Amino acid sequence: MNRNPSFWTLIWTHAVLVLAAIVVLYPVLWVLKLAVTPAQSFAAGISPFPDVVSFENFAAVLGSTDKTGAWLFGRQLFNSVVVAVITSVIGVVLACTAGYALSRWGFPGRDEALGLLLVTQMFPGVVMLIPLYILLDTLGLLDALTGLALVYATTAVPFCAWNLKSTFDTIPRELEEAALLDGATRWKTFTLVILPLARPAIAVTALFSFMTAWNEFILAATLLGSERAYTLPVVLQSYVGDYGTEWGLFSAGAIVVSLPVMLLFYVLQRHLVEGLVAGSVKG
Amino acid sequence: MLLALFLVLTSWVQAAEINVWHAYRGAERAALERAVDDWNSAHPADPVLPLAIPYDAYNTRLEAAIPRGNGPDLFIASTERVHAWQRAGILQPASLDTSQYLPATHAALKIEGEHYGWPLAFKCLALYFNPELIDAAPETAEELLEAAQRLGTEERWGIAWEATSAYHAAPWLHGFGGGVVEGENIVLDSPENAEALRYIAALADVGPKDPTGSLISQLFNEGRVAMVINGPWFAGDLREVNAEVAALPIINATGESAAPYVTVEALFLAQGASQPDKAAAFARYLANDRAIDRAVNGRQPVAAQVAWEHPDVIADPLLAAFRTQVDTAKAMPAHAEFDQSWEPLARALRKTLRGATTPEGALTEAQTAFEILTRPPPPPANPTFYVLLASLLVLTSCVVVWRWTRRQDFTGWGFAYRWIAPTMIGLGVLVVLPFVVGSAMSLFSHRDGEWTFIGLAHFFDILFARDWPAGHPLSFYFTLVVTVAWTAINVALHVAIGMGLAMILREPWVRLRGFWRVLLILPWAVPSYITALVWKGLFHRQMGAINSLLEWFGLEPVGWFDSFLTAFAANLSTNTWLGFPFMMVVVLGALQSIPRDLEEAAALDGASAWQRFRHVTFPMVLPVLTPAIVLGSVWTFNQFNIIYLVSAGEPDGSTEILVTEAYRWAFTRGHRYGYAAAYALLIFGTLIAYGTATARLTQGKSKS
Repeated sequence: MNRNPSFWTLIWTHAVLVLAAIVVLYPVLWVLKLAVTPAQSFAAGISPFPDVVSFENFAAVLGSTDKTGAWLFGRQLFNSVVVAVITSVIGVVLACTAGYALSRWGFPGRDEALGLLLVTQMFPGVVMLIPLYILLDTLGLLDALTGLALVYATTAVPFCAWNLKSTFDTIPRELEEAALLDGATRWKTFTLVILPLARPAIAVTALFSFMTAWNEFILAATLLGSERAYTLPVVLQSYVGDYGTEWGLFSAGAIVVSLPVMLLFYVLQRHLVEGLVAGSVKG
Repeated sequence: MLLALFLVLTSWVQAAEINVWHAYRGAERAALERAVDDWNSAHPADPVLPLAIPYDAYNTRLEAAIPRGNGPDLFIASTERVHAWQRAGILQPASLDTSQYLPATHAALKIEGEHYGWPLAFKCLALYFNPELIDAAPETAEELLEAAQRLGTEERWGIAWEATSAYHAAPWLHGFGGGVVEGENIVLDSPENAEALRYIAALADVGPKDPTGSLISQLFNEGRVAMVINGPWFAGDLREVNAEVAALPIINATGESAAPYVTVEALFLAQGASQPDKAAAFARYLANDRAIDRAVNGRQPVAAQVAWEHPDVIADPLLAAFRTQVDTAKAMPAHAEFDQSWEPLARALRKTLRGATTPEGALTEAQTAFEILTRPPPPPANPTFYVLLASLLVLTSCVVVWRWTRRQDFTGWGFAYRWIAPTMIGLGVLVVLPFVVGSAMSLFSHRDGEWTFIGLAHFFDILFARDWPAGHPLSFYFTLVVTVAWTAINVALHVAIGMGLAMILREPWVRLRGFWRVLLILPWAVPSYITALVWKGLFHRQMGAINSLLEWFGLEPVGWFDSFLTAFAANLSTNTWLGFPFMMVVVLGALQSIPRDLEEAAALDGASAWQRFRHVTFPMVLPVLTPAIVLGSVWTFNQFNIIYLVSAGEPDGSTEILVTEAYRWAFTRGHRYGYAAAYALLIFGTLIAYGTATARLTQGKSKS
C-alpha cells in the first residue's frame, strides 16, 4: 500500500488528527481554565484559555489540613494510592490465575465460568449498594480500606480476566509443554515462561484495576468513617453541593485526581495497544 | 498508683467521641468546626468528632448506617425529610425547651406531640437586590415584574432566580392562594396554582435561562443582575457587590404575601446514639450557646430566640430581612406524601416555562404523575404459592446441576479449580451475592422502612405499563427504547470514530504517532463524573461554550435540554467523547497483529481503499472487535453518570435510561427499593437476552 502517501493524503489525515485533538482538548482546557480562575463559578465564553492565572484553588485543594493541623490532603492521597494499589495487586493476581486457567484447561464448567465473567458486567450497580453495605458490615470490613479494595478488585476482575485470557490464548502452548517436559511445575512454568510474555496485558489489567479504585466515590463516601480515611474522589465530590458547585475547587481537584491516571496512561501507552485484547487475533 | 492507672483508663474509656455528621461546605463548615473546637477544649472528657460527608451520598449513608447501628450520635440536616425519617425509625425524640426557639422553627420538628431534633437555623427565600441598580425592593408582584422588565438590558437582567425548582415556585403558589396541600389531599392542579404558574413564567421570561445557583451568584457579583430571589446561603457567595435584602412582594390579586417555605436546619439525635445525654448537651450548646456567634460571624438566620435580642444581630440588615420574611413563610407540610410532589411540580414548571403546554395542562399532568407516584403498594401476596414455586425452581436447578455433573468427568482437574477458585469465590461473595439479595428485594414493597411481601406484582405493574401508558416518557417501554437507541448509537459512534482514528494512527508515515495516540486516549483517563459535569456546563444555554461557538458562527443558540433530540444529542456527544478511545485502542491493537501483505496484494489487484477496508481489513479486525462491542454495549446500557449528570432526564424524563430510572425509584421517589430492584432485574434480563443473541450469532458465523 501507500508506503509514500500522496501530499493530499498527508494533509487530510493530519487535519483529522488535529480536529480530533481539538475536540478532545477543548473540555480539558476548560477544566484547566476553571481551575486557575479564582472565582467559583462556571465562566462564560468561547475561549478555553484563562484570562487570569492563579493557583489559589490548587493551594486550597492540596493544602487542606484537619483540626490538628495535620496535612489532610496528603493523608487522603495516601489512602487513594493504598486502595488503588491493593486493588491492582488483588485484581492482577486473580485475573492472571483465572485467565490462565480459562485459557489453557478445558475443565468441566469452564464455559460457564467464562459466561459468568460477562454476566457480572450486566448487573446494574443501583440495587447492590445496600446489600453490599450490609455484607461488609457483617464481615466487619466497614470503614476499612481493605473492604473497599476487595469490592473494587472484584468489580474490575471480570474484564481483566477476560482480557488476560485472550492474551494467554495467543501464546503458543509448545512453550509450556517444553518447560513441563523439563520437569518444571505448572506454577513455575506459568510465572517464568508465560507471565513475562504477557507483560503488556498485565500492565493494562493493572491500569484498569487501578482506575476502577481511583475514580470511585459513591461506595467510598457511604463506607468510609472519617475524613482521614476518605479517598480523593470523595473529597472532590464534596465540592459539589446542594445549592451549587464550587467550580474552581472542583476543577482543581479534578485535575489533581486525573493527573496520576494520565501519567500512567502516558507511561503505559505502548503496552496499552499491545495489551488490550490485541492478543485474541491469532495472526 | 493502681488507682491512678484506673482513673486514666476510665477517663480514656469515657472519652469516646460524640460523632456528628454533616454535609456542610465552606463557611458553614468552618463555623461548625470552630464551635466543635471550643466545645472540645471546654469538655475534654466528651469530645465531639465532626464528619463531613458529600451531599450526594449523605441521605443514603444515613439511611443505611443508622438502622444497622453504624450511625452517628447526631447529624445535621434540613427538616425536609424529618417525617420520612421518623416513620423509618432513624430518629429519637429530643427534649426541647420550645420557648427558646422561634415558633416556626420548632414547629417544623414536631411530629405527633414529640420534637425530633434541635433547630439550628431556618432557611427561606427572600429578595436580594443591588442598590446601585434599583433603589428599593418592589412591594407588589406587579411592580416586581415591571421593575424586572425595565431593568433588563443587552448586558443585564432585571431578575434571576431558579424558576424551574418547585421550592422556588412555592412562594408564588401560596401568594396566589394555591399551594400543594389542601386539607388531607395533595392538590397540584388548582386554578390558583395555574394563575401562579402564569406569573412565574412571565417573571422567568425576563431573567436568564436555566439559571443554576452558581450562575446566579456570578451574574450578581458582576453587577449584571438587579434582583435575585434566593435563600440565606446566597449571602456567602456575595463578593464584589453590596446587596440588600427584603421580604418577597405581595400579590396584587389576593393581597397575600408571596410566602416561601421555611426549612429548618436541625441537629437530629440518631436512633442508637451511643451517648444520647452527652449528644443532647452538645446539641443544646450548638443550637443555643453558639447561636449569637453563628448569627454574627456566620450570618446564619438562627433559630434561637436569644440571638434575636442581641444588638449585633438586630443591626444586620440581612438577618433582619430573613427574620421578617419568616413570619409570613409557611412550614413544610407534614403530609406523608408531600415529598412526592416535588418531582411532578418541577416537571410542570419546566414544561410551562419551555412553552410546551399551558399551565393548566402541565398541572393536570403533574397531578396524574403525583397520583401514580403515590399509588398504594400492591396487596400483600400469599407466600405459600411463592415458596412452592421457589422450592420447585431450586429443585429443578439442583436436578439440572446434578445431571450436568453426572455428564462431566472431573477426574484430574482439581488443580484447575484451585487456580480459578479465588476469583470465583470473590465474585460470588462480593458481586453475585449482593446482586441476588438486591434482586430478591423486587418481591417486596418498601414503604417507610417496612417491607411487605408482594410476589411478582412489581413486574406485572412495570411490564403491563400499569403506572404510565407504554408511550409515556416515564413508562418502562419508552425508557427501554431510549436505552436501546442510546446504546446502539453510542457503540456505533465509538466503533466508527475509534476505527477511523486507528486506521490513520497505524500508518508509519504519520508524524508524531506516539504524541497523537496519548492525546487521543486522554478522555479515557478522566473520571466520567468529571467529564459529565464539565460537558453539562458546556451545554448551558447562556453560559455554555457550545452556544457561544454557535453564535460565533452566526447560528441561533440552542436550549439543549428543551427538546428530546437535542438533549439526547448532548448526552450522546458527552459519552462519545469519553468512549471512543477504548475502541480506538482495541482496533489499534488488532491492526498491529494483522499482516499487511494481504492488503498490499489487494491494492496491487486494483482494489480501492474502501474495498480494501471493507473486504480485507475489517473482516480481520472483527473477531477482536466483537467481544469489545458486546462489553461496550453492556457498559453503555448501564452508563449512569452521563445521563444522570448531563441531561438528568430532561425534557420531562424522556432522555432517562433504565438504570437512571431505577436509581430514581430507589433513592429519590420515596425509596421504593423493591420497585427499583424489579427495574434492575429487567435490565439484567434484557442484557442477558442481548448477550445470548450475540453469542449465537457469532458462533453461527464462525461455524459456517
